[in-house]
Amino acid sequence: MTTVTQSLDPGVSPPDVAQKRESRFAAIARLATYLNILGCGWVVPLLRIAAGDSPRPQLKELWQLLGIPLLGIAVFIMLWAGVAPNINTSLGAIPGPEQVWEQVGALWEDHKAERQKAVAFHKRQDVRNQKLIDAGKAERVKQRAYTGKPTYLDQIVTSLITVAFGFFIATIIAVPIGIASGLSRTVNGALNPLIQILKPVSPLAWLPLVTMVVSAVYVDQVDVLPKSMVVSAITVTLCSLWPTLINTALGVASIDKDLMNVGRVLRLSTATTIIKLILPSALPLIFTGLRLSLGVGWMVLIAAEMLAQNPGLGKFVWDEFQNGSSLSLAKILVAVFTIGIIGFLLDRVMYALQTAFTFTTSR
Amino acid sequence: MRLNTVPRRHSRLGWATALLVAAMALNTSHAETLEPEKEELKFGFIKLTDMAPIAIAYEKGYFEDEGLYVTVEPQANWKVLLDGVITGELDGAHMLAGQPLAATIGFGTKAHIVTPFSMDLNGNGITVSNEIWKLMKPNVPADADGRPIHPVPAEALKPVVEQFKAEGKPFNMGMVFPVSTHNYELRYWLAAGGIHPGFYSPTDISGQIMADALLSVTPPPQMPATLEAGTIYGYCVGEPWNQQAVLKGIGVPVITDYEIWKNNPEKVFGMTAEFTEKYPNTTIAVTKALIRAAMWLDENDNANRMDAVKILARPEYVGADQEVIANSMTGTFEYEKGDIREVPDFNVFFRYFATYPYYSDAVWYLSQMRRWGQIAEHKDDTWYDAIAKSVYRPDIYLKAAKMLVDEGLAASIDFPWDTDGYRAPQSEFIDNLTFDGRKPTAYLASLPIGLKANDQVEDGKVVAAGK
Repeated sequence: MTTVTQSLDPGVSPPDVAQKRESRFAAIARLATYLNILGCGWVVPLLRIAAGDSPRPQLKELWQLLGIPLLGIAVFIMLWAGVAPNINTSLGAIPGPEQVWEQVGALWEDHKAERQKAVAFHKRQDVRNQKLIDAGKAERVKQRAYTGKPTYLDQIVTSLITVAFGFFIATIIAVPIGIASGLSRTVNGALNPLIQILKPVSPLAWLPLVTMVVSAVYVDQVDVLPKSMVVSAITVTLCSLWPTLINTALGVASIDKDLMNVGRVLRLSTATTIIKLILPSALPLIFTGLRLSLGVGWMVLIAAEMLAQNPGLGKFVWDEFQNGSSLSLAKILVAVFTIGIIGFLLDRVMYALQTAFTFTTSR
Repeated sequence: MRLNTVPRRHSRLGWATALLVAAMALNTSHAETLEPEKEELKFGFIKLTDMAPIAIAYEKGYFEDEGLYVTVEPQANWKVLLDGVITGELDGAHMLAGQPLAATIGFGTKAHIVTPFSMDLNGNGITVSNEIWKLMKPNVPADADGRPIHPVPAEALKPVVEQFKAEGKPFNMGMVFPVSTHNYELRYWLAAGGIHPGFYSPTDISGQIMADALLSVTPPPQMPATLEAGTIYGYCVGEPWNQQAVLKGIGVPVITDYEIWKNNPEKVFGMTAEFTEKYPNTTIAVTKALIRAAMWLDENDNANRMDAVKILARPEYVGADQEVIANSMTGTFEYEKGDIREVPDFNVFFRYFATYPYYSDAVWYLSQMRRWGQIAEHKDDTWYDAIAKSVYRPDIYLKAAKMLVDEGLAASIDFPWDTDGYRAPQSEFIDNLTFDGRKPTAYLASLPIGLKANDQVEDGKVVAAGK
C-alpha cells in the first residue's frame, strides 16, 4: 500500500527516479572495483539486477563470473571421485571427495576434543597448585601451558605465523637493498651476480645450513620462538627475498628522471628524496615483488616445515605420511587443499594491497 | 519445580565434593615426596610401538602425578632425536640401546648419555620383500601343514644372496641406525647363517667392508615405502613396520628378534648425564612414571594392551592403523599373509625385570660394536664393565622403584634388588652360543664371523693389530 502511494506521489518526478538509478549504478561500478580485487566480482551482476538493470545480460555475466568456475570445480570433483578409487596405493585407494570431507569433520572434532582435554588439564593443574598453596609452598605454584599435541588449526596458525615472520625479515632486508641497488649502478653491479646465483637455490639446499647456523647462534631459546620455527622462517626468508629485491631495484631505477632532477634542484636530503620521491613511485613494483615473495614463501614454508619439524602444516603432512594409516591419505589431501586455499587468500590480500597502492600513485 | 531444583543442586554439590575428595585422595595416596627441580619437560620419540611407556605415562597421568608437565614430540629420525637430547632441546627420549653407549664412547656424536630405565624387551622383526621370500621359501623346511618351520635361519637366504652376488647385483638391506638394535640383530642373524654383513673401520663408516649383504640406514616409518620402491630387499625394524608390510602386501616378515635372542633388551630411555646430575629429583620422578607405565602395559597378563593400542594408534603417537599395531602388541605376529602365530612375549614392557637397566645388556651392545669394527681396537673386559657402569644407571632405577614400593604403587617382588647388574649367562640365541656379560672378550672369540681380540680393519681387510 505504502509503495503505491509513494510512487504516485507527485513530489517525485520521473527524471528524479532515473537519476537515482544512475547514481545507484555508479555506486555499484565503484564497488565493483573493490569486489573484483577481493575476488567477489560475481556479486556485481546480482547487485545490478537488484538495482533494476535488465536481467538478461547480467545473468550472462553472472554465468561467466560464477557459473563457469563452479562448473569447473564440479567437473574436477566428479573426475576426482571417478578416478581416485581406481588408483591403489599401499595405503589403500586414493580417497575421494567424500572421505576427504569426512576427515575435515574428523579434524574439527579432534580439535574440539583436544581443547576439552586442555580444559581438564588446567583443572588438574589448579588442584595441584591449590595443594601446593595449602602445603605452604606457594612459591612453586606456576601456570603452565597445555602440554598436549597441537591440533590441525593450531598447526595452520603456526604456519601462518612462521611465514609472516620469514616474510617480514625478507621484506626488511630486500627493500633497503633493492633501493640501494636501484639508486646506484655500482651497488647494482656488485650485487647482481650474487642475486642471480642465490635466487634459484632450492629451500632444501639452504635448510641444513640454516639448521646448523641457527643451532650454533640461537642458543638461549625463547618459548614463543622455538628453534624449529626460526629455522623454517629463515629458510622462507632466504628463498622469498629475491622477487622483492629485484622488483624494488627495478622500480627505483625506473623512476622518472625529471622527478629526481626536481629533487636535486630543491636540494632535498637523501632521506627526503627516498621517502617523498623514490618510495611513492616505486611502490607499485615493490608490491608486485612482495606479492611474488609471499607466494614463494608460502610454497617454501611447507617444505621447510617438513624437514625442520616445525609444528605447522608441513609437519602435519610429514607426520601423516609417516603414520601410514588408512586415513593418512585423506588427511594429507585435506592439508593440500588447506595449503592451496590459504595460499590463494594470501595472494588475494597482497593483490588488494598492490592495487590499492597502484591507485594512490597513479592519481 | 522448586521442589525439584533444590535436591538437584544438592546432588550437584555433593558430586563436586566427591570428585574433589576423590581427586585429593588420589593425589595423597602417593604423596609427592619428590620436588622435581625441573617440571616442564619435553621428550622425543620415534614412531614405534615400543615408545608406549612414554605415551602411557602421559595419557594415564603418571607424569602429572609426579608433578611433571611433559610434552612428547615425534622426531624425524634417530640422529635428529639424539642431537635433540645432546643440545638440550629434548630433556629425554626413547632411544636405541646402542645410542647412549655409542655417544658415550664417541662413535658418532660424542656426549655422555645415561639411561636409568630400559623400555622393553624384543619387539623387532626382519622382513624381506615378496620377491626374495619367493626365492627363499624353497630353502625353508615346512611342517605337516605346509607352513614354514620357525625360526627361519639366514641359511635359507644365503643361496639368494649368492645368486645376487653372482649376477653382480648388490643385495641391499635396511636397518634403522648404525648403532641400533636392528643393525646388530640383523647382523647377528645374517652372520649366524653364514652371510657376511660387513665391517666398519675408522676410515670407512659405511659398514660394508667385505660384506655379502649391504646394510644401510632408513628411518623406521619409511621402511615399507623403501622396500616397496625396490631400494632394499629386506629390513630389520621395530613394530608396526613389519606388520605394515604384511598388511600392504609388500613383504614377508621371516623372523622376530625374540627368535634371534630370546628376551633381548631393546629401547632405553636416554638423558644426558648432565641432566641427571643437575636435576636428580626430576630424573627419579621420570623413572617412577615410566615404571608405572610399564607395569600398566603388562598388568594382568597384557589385559590393558588393547587400550594401549587405541592410544598408540592416535596420529600424535605411532599413528598406524589399530589393527596393524594390535597385531604385535596383543601377542600375535603375522608372518606370511594369514600365517598368524602366537608370540606372547613379542613385546615385553615389564615382566622378567624388563625395565631394569642391566650392565650385561650394555656389554652385549658394546661387544657387537667391537665385533663389527665400530670399536676399532681391542678393549679388555674391565673397559666394557666401566663403560656399562657409566651409562646404565640401576642406582637411579632402584631409587625410583623403592619409592613406588613405599607408596604402595608397586610390589617389591617385581624388582631385582640384589642383582650386581649382570644377568646369568644367556644362551637362548638362534645359534645356541652363550653370552656372559662378564667375559666379552671370550664371547667375541666364540662368534663365527666378526673381529676377534687382536683384529683390526685396515684398507678393507682384517689384519692383526700392531702389524
